[in-house]
Amino acid sequence: MELWYTEQHTDNVRFSIKVDKPLYSGQSEFQRIDVFNSKEFGIFFTLDGLMMVTEKDEFIYHDMIVHVPMATNPKIKNVLVIGAGDGGTVRELTRYNSIEHIDMVEIDKMVVDVCREYLPQTACKLDDPRVQLYFEDGLKFVRSKENAYDLIVVDSTDPFGPGEGLFTREFYGNCFKALKDDGILVNQHESPYYAEYAKSMQRAHKRIRECFPVCRVYQAHIPTYPSGHWLFGFASKTYDPLIDIDEQAWNNLDLKTRYYNTEIHKGCFALPNYVKELLVSADE
Amino acid sequence: MHSLWQGKAPIYEALQKYKSIRVVPFDVPGHKQGRGNPQLTEFLGEKCLTVDVNSMKPLDNLVHPVSVIKEAEELAADAFGAQHAFFMVNGTTAAVQAMIMSVCKQGDKIIMPRNVHRSAINALIISGTIPVYVNPGVNKRLGIPLGMSVSEVKKAIEKNPDAKAIFINNPTYYGICSDLRSITELAHRHNMYVLVDEAHGTHFYFGENLPVSAMAAGADMAAVSMHKTGGSLTQSSFLLISNRLSTGHVRQTINLTQTTSGSYLLLSSLDISRRNLALDGKNIFKKVSALAHYAREEINKIGGYYAFSTELINGDSVFDFDHTKLSVYTREIGLAGIEVYDILRDDYGIQIELGDIGNILAIISVGDRELALERLVSSLSEIKRLYMKDKAGMLDHEYINPDVVMTPQQAFYSNQHSVAITESTGYVCGEFVMSYPPGIPILAPGERITEEIIDYITYSKAKGCFLTGTEDMSVKNIKIVEE
Repeated sequence: MELWYTEQHTDNVRFSIKVDKPLYSGQSEFQRIDVFNSKEFGIFFTLDGLMMVTEKDEFIYHDMIVHVPMATNPKIKNVLVIGAGDGGTVRELTRYNSIEHIDMVEIDKMVVDVCREYLPQTACKLDDPRVQLYFEDGLKFVRSKENAYDLIVVDSTDPFGPGEGLFTREFYGNCFKALKDDGILVNQHESPYYAEYAKSMQRAHKRIRECFPVCRVYQAHIPTYPSGHWLFGFASKTYDPLIDIDEQAWNNLDLKTRYYNTEIHKGCFALPNYVKELLVSADE
Repeated sequence: MHSLWQGKAPIYEALQKYKSIRVVPFDVPGHKQGRGNPQLTEFLGEKCLTVDVNSMKPLDNLVHPVSVIKEAEELAADAFGAQHAFFMVNGTTAAVQAMIMSVCKQGDKIIMPRNVHRSAINALIISGTIPVYVNPGVNKRLGIPLGMSVSEVKKAIEKNPDAKAIFINNPTYYGICSDLRSITELAHRHNMYVLVDEAHGTHFYFGENLPVSAMAAGADMAAVSMHKTGGSLTQSSFLLISNRLSTGHVRQTINLTQTTSGSYLLLSSLDISRRNLALDGKNIFKKVSALAHYAREEINKIGGYYAFSTELINGDSVFDFDHTKLSVYTREIGLAGIEVYDILRDDYGIQIELGDIGNILAIISVGDRELALERLVSSLSEIKRLYMKDKAGMLDHEYINPDVVMTPQQAFYSNQHSVAITESTGYVCGEFVMSYPPGIPILAPGERITEEIIDYITYSKAKGCFLTGTEDMSVKNIKIVEE
């Protein structure tokens, strides 16, 4: 018997992983949650059938969403994480002793519960004393905050389903208000390659640019995401990740990372021409 | 509450049966179950086109219902607690007109608040009925018209004991209800019919802790926009009557103007929505109430905005309030409602029901989700942060007592000519001017144009209200009656 997990990357493209064993399947108030074990990618989990995290390549995503802003401003103390129910983002953040407090807001408690049980690799630091968990809509949570955070990390699903509010203009505007005067917003920014994802990416970029004076996009290679070519957004009120990166300070921390390094940091903002064009034309 | 019978949906069931026997159509409509118009079929879906059919014996006939439509009407009457329910496919506009034309004829008087929908005044033009307006009063702070107070109605009745009917909004667009029970009793004591515009009140028949519905209050007729808060397709509606009216006579009146090609898409949507509300309406509107309540609390937390509700109740001109309406007063942040309405749509991709000079109104209904409400609240919070300004110079809206010089019919059919609105002071208006929505006339045919009214129109236009009603599409000129 052969068991395959298949994600439809477009109407005409499929991506499959041979499943060794299904581990969990459940329906929360918001979405369907599945966990599988596989030979190639280890344990992985999906929401409404879409790939979220695999044991084998999650380090790439979590390195890039956390270390880029942290190397830009090593003085970050208060962090808000939105989404990120698997815990990987929090795990990377807790490696910085300088961080004093992390609020993590995940709409779906069941995602966190399932990841705690099946994905300890990413969920292992959710009980760190600096971490406070909230199970509510990120859009609602951030609305009431003002001048409160040095960094907001938006580690969300795609902009359809429960994550839709996290790609809206009102959300980015509320984040701007919730950040301090030198605050940074980093977000999962979809992919430039397939048309549907590229549209979401353009929309997000346009809306962020309308809210923040500094607005850049960087990339990483994530094998299990559609096309493998994935983008992150870096927006801030003052810091420019290319000018303000404190290489020495970050390297002195001596954090062992498998993907991120300060050379990657400088290189990941260099984008292919077609992506640059998509970003420029995001207004149209 | 309702009998088990409510699980039936006769029109829907007849259409299912019609589909299953694969009839070969040599009748209208000419698209022949969609085959003749592939692009339309692709757009609307094959399922939709296959039931866009004509009246035929197995599907009954809206003009003269004897089988499945008759049964569906009886079910609807039972669900709404009416003597009879008519399926309406020409909008609630047709239902409002049928109400007035069923009980009033040329030269008869009808007592009504001035803040009626244009469809009511249209009925006066068609029938030659004479309006006796009751000042509904205005909430000074919010600038919205209220309900009719019982004492004002009493005065109007004493002055016009020959009036045939009283026309009442239940609720107004903003959710305000008059004391329907007392007004109904008063009217009946004076042998007047009570006609109720319930375009925004479908849910009163099914939810709990909501204002009283027309049929429950003993009124004689009600026009209920099932499509507004009940979930049926746009343009579909119910006309309800009590046992004081003859079903046959009302049907004849409806048939004067209603189409003879009643759409089965609309009819089946009414049938299925009635079943849904009869079986599950209590739960649905409980959820709607909770959503509206939550949104109001969150909006009031932002500060600057005022999402108003049942605290407006004063036992008279605000006898009750429909708390499912999410009306928000915006003038304190220096923005007209219509400005907030435009920003919500243009910048945040959120379409709300209406914006007037001081308020916005969002409709919460059977189809709403919590996530969408969070977006609305967050967007309002952003609009305040980004656009708040001094409120000085913003127009206060007062109720403008209309000076009715002649009946709407007389004015409409008089010789008229066009003048610039800005130069029309003192003339008698020959047509309507209104913001749409809400579609409540600022000027109706037969009313004297005043400086104050012109200022109000100019201001509304400058703030971005969508003005309609005049022959001149740019609403710069107005037709006046040649006296």
